[in-house]
Order: sequence, then C-alpha cells, then structure tokens
Amino acid sequence: MKILVCISKTPDTTAKITFTDNNTKFDEQGVQFIVNPSDEWYALVRALELKEALGGTVHLITVGGPDNDPVIRKALALGADDAIRVDTDASDGYYVAAQIAHCAREGGYDLLLTGKETIDYNGSGVGGMIAGILELPYISLATKLETEGNGEATVRREIEGGEEVCSVKLPAVISCMKGMAEQRIANVRNIMMAGRKPLKVVEPVDADKLTEIISFTLPEPKSGIKMIAPDNVEELVRLLHEEAKVI
Amino acid sequence: MPVLIFADQHEGTFRKAAFEAVSYGNSLARQLGSTATAIVLGTCEEQNIRALGNFGVPKVLHHTNSLLDHFDPAVYAKVICQAVEQESAEVIVFSHNFNGKAIAPLVSARLKAGWVAGALALPDTSSGFVVKKGVFSGKAFAQVKVLSEKKIVSVNPNSVPVEKTDQQAEVIPFDSQIQESDFKVKVTATETLSGTVPLPEAEIIVSGGRGLKGPENWGIVEDLAKALGAGTACSRPVADSGWRPHHEHVGQTGITVRPNLYIAIGISGAIQHLAGVNGSKYMVVINKDPEAPFFKAADYGIVGDAFEVVPRLTKAIEAFKEKQH
Repeated sequence: MKILVCISKTPDTTAKITFTDNNTKFDEQGVQFIVNPSDEWYALVRALELKEALGGTVHLITVGGPDNDPVIRKALALGADDAIRVDTDASDGYYVAAQIAHCAREGGYDLLLTGKETIDYNGSGVGGMIAGILELPYISLATKLETEGNGEATVRREIEGGEEVCSVKLPAVISCMKGMAEQRIANVRNIMMAGRKPLKVVEPVDADKLTEIISFTLPEPKSGIKMIAPDNVEELVRLLHEEAKVI
Repeated sequence: MPVLIFADQHEGTFRKAAFEAVSYGNSLARQLGSTATAIVLGTCEEQNIRALGNFGVPKVLHHTNSLLDHFDPAVYAKVICQAVEQESAEVIVFSHNFNGKAIAPLVSARLKAGWVAGALALPDTSSGFVVKKGVFSGKAFAQVKVLSEKKIVSVNPNSVPVEKTDQQAEVIPFDSQIQESDFKVKVTATETLSGTVPLPEAEIIVSGGRGLKGPENWGIVEDLAKALGAGTACSRPVADSGWRPHHEHVGQTGITVRPNLYIAIGISGAIQHLAGVNGSKYMVVINKDPEAPFFKAADYGIVGDAFEVVPRLTKAIEAFKEKQH
C-alpha cells in the first residue's frame, strides 16, 4: 500500500484567536502550531496502522511556506516515511486541492487520506476537491477504514442520524474523523529520525483561486450570566420560556 | 443569477436542513432578482416534493431513478452538474450536513465554482458575492468572497430563518443517464439510530461531561433530553473514555452545534469545548464548581450537584409541558 496523507498546519486547540491588519489577517504572534487534529489523529494514524498491518509506505503532503516545516517534522516523527511541501500560499481550498491533485497524479497512490476539516478555516472541502479533480471515488466523514490491500476498502461513514457501511475500489480519497484511530505519541527513536527523513519542496502549478477571505470578526461577548439557586429550578424553566423563549 | 438548490431527502422525507436550504436559496434568488429551482434525487413521493413549495421554491426537478437511493457523492455531483447546466444556474445551494459536505466539494471541483462551507447568512451582493461563515471552529467569523463565476453555498444548520407559505411547487421529471457502473461507492449496510435527534439539527441539546462520573449515570441526561425533545451530546473526555459514542462528541475536534438551547451538565467548559457550542442561542450550565470557566460563557447557571438538580429540572420541565397542553 502506498498512502498519501494530506496534512495542514493549524493553531493549537487552546489558542486564543485574534486578528491584525484591520481584521484581515490571523495574528500568529505567540500562537503554537500543531498538525490539524483530524489529519493527525485519524488520517495519519490510520495510515500508519495500515502500513504496519499490510506493509507499504506513508507519505505526507502539505501546501504552504517554510513555516510549515516544524509541523511536517512532527508528523514525520509519528512514523510517516517522507513528505512533500508545495511551496505556496494556501489561501483557497480549490487552489490547495489542485496542488495536491497534481502531486498525487504523479505519485501513484493507492489511498489518499485527509482529516474531516481543519480547525482553522473549517472548509472540509480539500479531500472532495482532490477526488473531483482526479475523478477518484470519494467517501467523506469516515469513522472506520479497513482494507486487505486487495484494491478494495470497506469504510464506515456518518450520515444524518446514523452510519453507513460502504465498499469502494481503490484508489480513492477518504476524509477521516473520530473513531478511525487512536491518537499516538511519537517515540524517541522516531523523533530522532524525523529530522533526517526526506522533505521535498516543490513549486506550485498554476491553478485558480476561487475564494478569498476579506475580513474576520469575533463573536459578541455574552452580556453576563444569571445565576439561579439549585432548589429553584422552576425559575430556570420560567426564564427559558418567558425570557429566552426557547421552550 | 438563477439558483439551484439540492434538497436532501432521507428515505422519502425531508429534514429541517433541507427546508433551511430551500428557504435560503429562494431568498437568495429574490435578492438577485432571479429564480430558484430545487432538485431531489431518488425515490420520494410527489406530495412531499410539492410541499417544498411551502419554503418558497416554485419548481422542483425530480430524478426518480432508484439507483440514487444509494448515496455515492460522485454520482450525485454528476447529476447536479447536469441540472446546473440545464437550468443555467449560477449559484448552487446545499445544506451543510453530512451529504452536503460530501457532494459540494466535488461539484466545486467539476465546475470550478468557489464554495462557502457553512454559510451563516445570505450573501452581501452589494460588491461581489460575500458570505459570512464560522472559522476557527466557532471562535470567529470570516467574510468570504467568491471570485468564480459560478458559486456554491452550503447553509449551516440552525443558522438561517425559514420562511413558510402555503404555496406548492411544480414537480418536473429530471432524467440523466446514470448506470450502476457509475457507482464506485457501494453501500452495503445502513444503521439508523432510531429515536435520536441528529445533533447538527437539534434545537435543544443536553450535554454531559466528566462531572457525571460514569456512563451508568447518563439516565439523568437522557431523561432531561426526553422531557425537552432534545438531542444528547457529551464532551471529549467522555467520548474518549468510551462512556458515550463518538458521534455525540461536540467541541472543536468533534462536531460544532448551534442549537437554540444548550444545557451543559458537569462540563467545565474548556476552550475547545466552548468553540464547538458557542454559536448556541442560549446556554445553561449546571456544575458544582462555581469556578468552572463555562459560567463565564453561559446565559443561565446553577451551582449545584447535578444528581440532585437535573432530576428536579426534568420534573419541572415535565410539569411545564403538562401545563402547556
């Protein structure tokens, strides 16, 4: 099995989100960056499990500038074999997908995995767009992925109010979510090796940018909490009905 | 700018997310001085489709081929693109639910149409086509400009108003050549969780955290949810410990929800959890620790022992509902 895992650099889940340049840019100052959780915990770890079970190789790809390299090394430390970084600004989902699709076409992978969405721009689209560009089958929001390495995979995916089990011929693109694998911690040996693993930097190909973020806003702060005595739940019911009008 | 709306049906019925998408698409067409058409794929009774007219859409295309009762996003995308061409649609509207998230990126890639994933409001069309969406998993919002000629918007559940009329839609058969061999994804089994409200659509959610001490104590959460007609959810540690199924995990790395009312029981309110729920219209927090950070984000709070307060609240809700009848 030759598996390509698409990863993205995102702010740590505890990061405080602020903006600069008149609310047009995310303020990266003081922010810790991590591998996007669903890319790492589910897509990458499942790829590594499949490699351990069936043999093969796990490759990483990301689109972005040199500031992504520490995050790529973190992902390599979990056990991936090598990585490609497409050296360009990742500001639009389709543009990113077009870069990855171009590399994937040359690589001849059996399986392309992504996380379900990044926790920064919440686009949830890159996997599907890669599948659309390469005309490969696509399964989104998968919670389980099994394959015997025989050119077919069985996938469980979330649907409205339930789950579906499907089979798909490989190669295919699958977006992965919780349930797929358990989060791993890199061991010392792999951390030592990660720095020496190949990280190939490639130039971008021409592709359209279809969207652009023009500004950001933060949610309005809450106006303040009303406390209710624990033995007066009837008052809460009254407030929910008369004031909030939600029951 | 004609609008095409994908109205997602499940076993012949439409859910709230579909009504929201239809209503949104229709308001958008009105704003653009154009017309909206919906499309329904697979087996569905005509009267249910006509009723989509209640949400403003005058015309619905119906592809009745029963092959479409099996969901393969690539085939759905292909059919929708054919309808886009037939209707000369320039904006395509989806629900931002599981199926919408699967189909929209494929349509986006096929048509080179920029996609706003999870729209929270109608576009601002005063200068281009700019749509508000949530980013940083609920910690902020972005105004996204779509630069391409064709545009895709998927509508975040529980985020846009639904306008209802007594109008009926005209149902028009839509046929395109699809064959069994087009389906590269074969559905072999479906498991429906009966009697549960899908969380992204739920208007009220009752959620439990580690403060409940163990899975055997979830009865009080379920009883309160039942009294309110609510969905049940949980925090990440609860799902990770296997106390509750993963699909109930709300938060930054789980699912993001925007109900009218979110009741958090025994959840401290870590920033990752708040990110997934702070779009809720009202939040109630029940926690025995008065210092729990969740109290800073909530609208109503009770400091107390969940095992005493929650059953009492359930009784009070039941009494209230009784009185309403």
